Amino acid sequence: MTALSQRVPSRFLPVIATVVLFVLAFGAGSARYDGFASGQVIANLFIDNAFLIVLAAGMTFVILSGGIDLSVGSVVALSTMVTAAGLRAGWPVPLVVLAVLLIGSTLGLLMGIVIHKFDIQPFIVTLAGMFLARGLCFLISVESVSIKNSTFRDVATAAIELPGGVTITYNVVIALVVVAVAVYVLHRTRFGRTVYAVGGNESSALLMGLPTARTKVGVYVISGFCSALAGLLFSLYMLSGYGLHAVGMELDAIAAVVIGGTLLAGGVGYVLGGVVGVLVLGTIQTLISFQGTLSSWWTKIVIGVLLLVFIAVQRTMVRR
Amino acid sequence: MKNRLLWPLLALVALLLLNLVVTPSFFSLRVQDGHLYGGLVDVLKNGAPTLLIALGMTLVIATRGIDLSVGAVAAIAGAVACVHIGTSDSAGTAIVGMVLALALCALLGLWNGFLVAGLGIQPIIATLVLMTAGRGVAMLVTEGQIVTVNNTAYKQVGAGFVVLPTAILIALLVLGVVAFVTRRTALGMLIEAVGVNPEASRLAGVRSRTIIWTVYVFAAVCAGIAGLMISSNVSAADANNAGLWIEMDAILAVVIGGTSLAGGRYSLTGTLLGALIIQTLTTTVYTIGVAPEVTLVFKAVVVIAVCLVQAPKARAALSFRKVAVPS
Repeated sequence: MTALSQRVPSRFLPVIATVVLFVLAFGAGSARYDGFASGQVIANLFIDNAFLIVLAAGMTFVILSGGIDLSVGSVVALSTMVTAAGLRAGWPVPLVVLAVLLIGSTLGLLMGIVIHKFDIQPFIVTLAGMFLARGLCFLISVESVSIKNSTFRDVATAAIELPGGVTITYNVVIALVVVAVAVYVLHRTRFGRTVYAVGGNESSALLMGLPTARTKVGVYVISGFCSALAGLLFSLYMLSGYGLHAVGMELDAIAAVVIGGTLLAGGVGYVLGGVVGVLVLGTIQTLISFQGTLSSWWTKIVIGVLLLVFIAVQRTMVRR
Repeated sequence: MKNRLLWPLLALVALLLLNLVVTPSFFSLRVQDGHLYGGLVDVLKNGAPTLLIALGMTLVIATRGIDLSVGAVAAIAGAVACVHIGTSDSAGTAIVGMVLALALCALLGLWNGFLVAGLGIQPIIATLVLMTAGRGVAMLVTEGQIVTVNNTAYKQVGAGFVVLPTAILIALLVLGVVAFVTRRTALGMLIEAVGVNPEASRLAGVRSRTIIWTVYVFAAVCAGIAGLMISSNVSAADANNAGLWIEMDAILAVVIGGTSLAGGRYSLTGTLLGALIIQTLTTTVYTIGVAPEVTLVFKAVVVIAVCLVQAPKARAALSFRKVAVPS
């Protein structure tokens, strides 16, 4: 163990722990159930959680900078609503996509500006954003709006064949591209480095002459953009827009990021950790559905317990 | 003190006046069968659970903490009580059920307190655990069903009347007790001291951990009572929807009332005003005839407005302008 910890930098340990957890959970499923260890089950993990992966990527930026974004679930709902309502009104698909992404980013920008300019806790500001976005959904329509646009439906149902007879959807491709871009931005650009610096110690970052203001607002724009994109993926997945879509999804995203080893205090963590976190949550759901006799609420309890374990582990690491 | 409560008070008065304009009979009270009815009574009655939870939340926030799990705890309380009561109609079973529920809530509060004070985990995260898992636990208790009960004694808690609805009386009683215990003894000051600086208060001889522990237990018990009220009002326990988002409303009420999220000071009167504002806002939206779901938009606007008014930076900007205009 000491040899291992000498070779592996300790900052990677939480992510490795998450990967081990994923492998264990998946291995347990494969050992217990026939047909669990198939490529398609893994592919389904990505298909069913593509939107959550995108959300977790955006959330990672915010949490790394030391903030939190509670509005993401509501922005997903708002995006599905705008998509559905826009398509129903006969808008062309590109215009709808553009409008959704613009609305999400603008909401993020506004929240970021309020958080930074007026020095109000991110928790409260994004809580207001959460109320606002949900309320706006219901302003558009109180009912669920189904999506009948043929282009949209074609993209939603299109399957991409991978070697081995495994199929994935375009959602997965988009999610993976987002993850790749997020990794690049965080580790290969000045902006990404500043995000880590601000999360580590904001005053130090400021004294070092880093653009903290731009970065702090920027992470919320990124999170808003990711939420809107996740909303588009969710509309593709559900083929409807509804104000009660994605209730509590912000908690899933935060849980995934925390389980992925990102410190909620900011400054430490990786996008890929969040992705593995999402896969862990997905595997738990798959396990419970394979089991059949366990009810869905066990998912919530298991997620809570996992959160607890990872927080406790983080706590001991920070102390050291 | 007066100054800080001025804005929330004005907001409440404005909302009430708006209601008076829309429905002229809003302020009228009538007595029927010895029960008091009227628009204001409705506001108070529907706002009672939020007020109770906000009271617990006020003390938690005063110690620089936050409790996200109260909604889930409320759901658990309702679930436990209803499952225990089952088909029985005896007052004894109802009381035992409620005591069981509140004892469990106190235990959950101890758990939160242990994570925050014992392990030193950030309150948002520590209570997030129970917020996520709690609804699952409530579902486990009710086995995923909506449990309905038909118990006269249990119904009294949320839907009963002693001239005024019982819910109002319970909420006001708790408010009175909290106000007395924290403002007539040193406890309130100690709570504020912990909020300002837990380490310094510990060195000064304040038992910070015990105080933090106490406020989380108190918040959970308040949430439990509120959960019993909610479930008793409809004679059913709905693990999924009982107390959904009530933690947000409670936090909102506390913040509107002028208690800073940074901890260190709190105002119970402010929390009362905050809870009333939120409930009146909801009622107003109903009476104006907008879809009730749209209330969320108004809430968002109120939160931002109140936060901006209270934020030091925004205040500085405003007062700067006030000085700048005459010159």
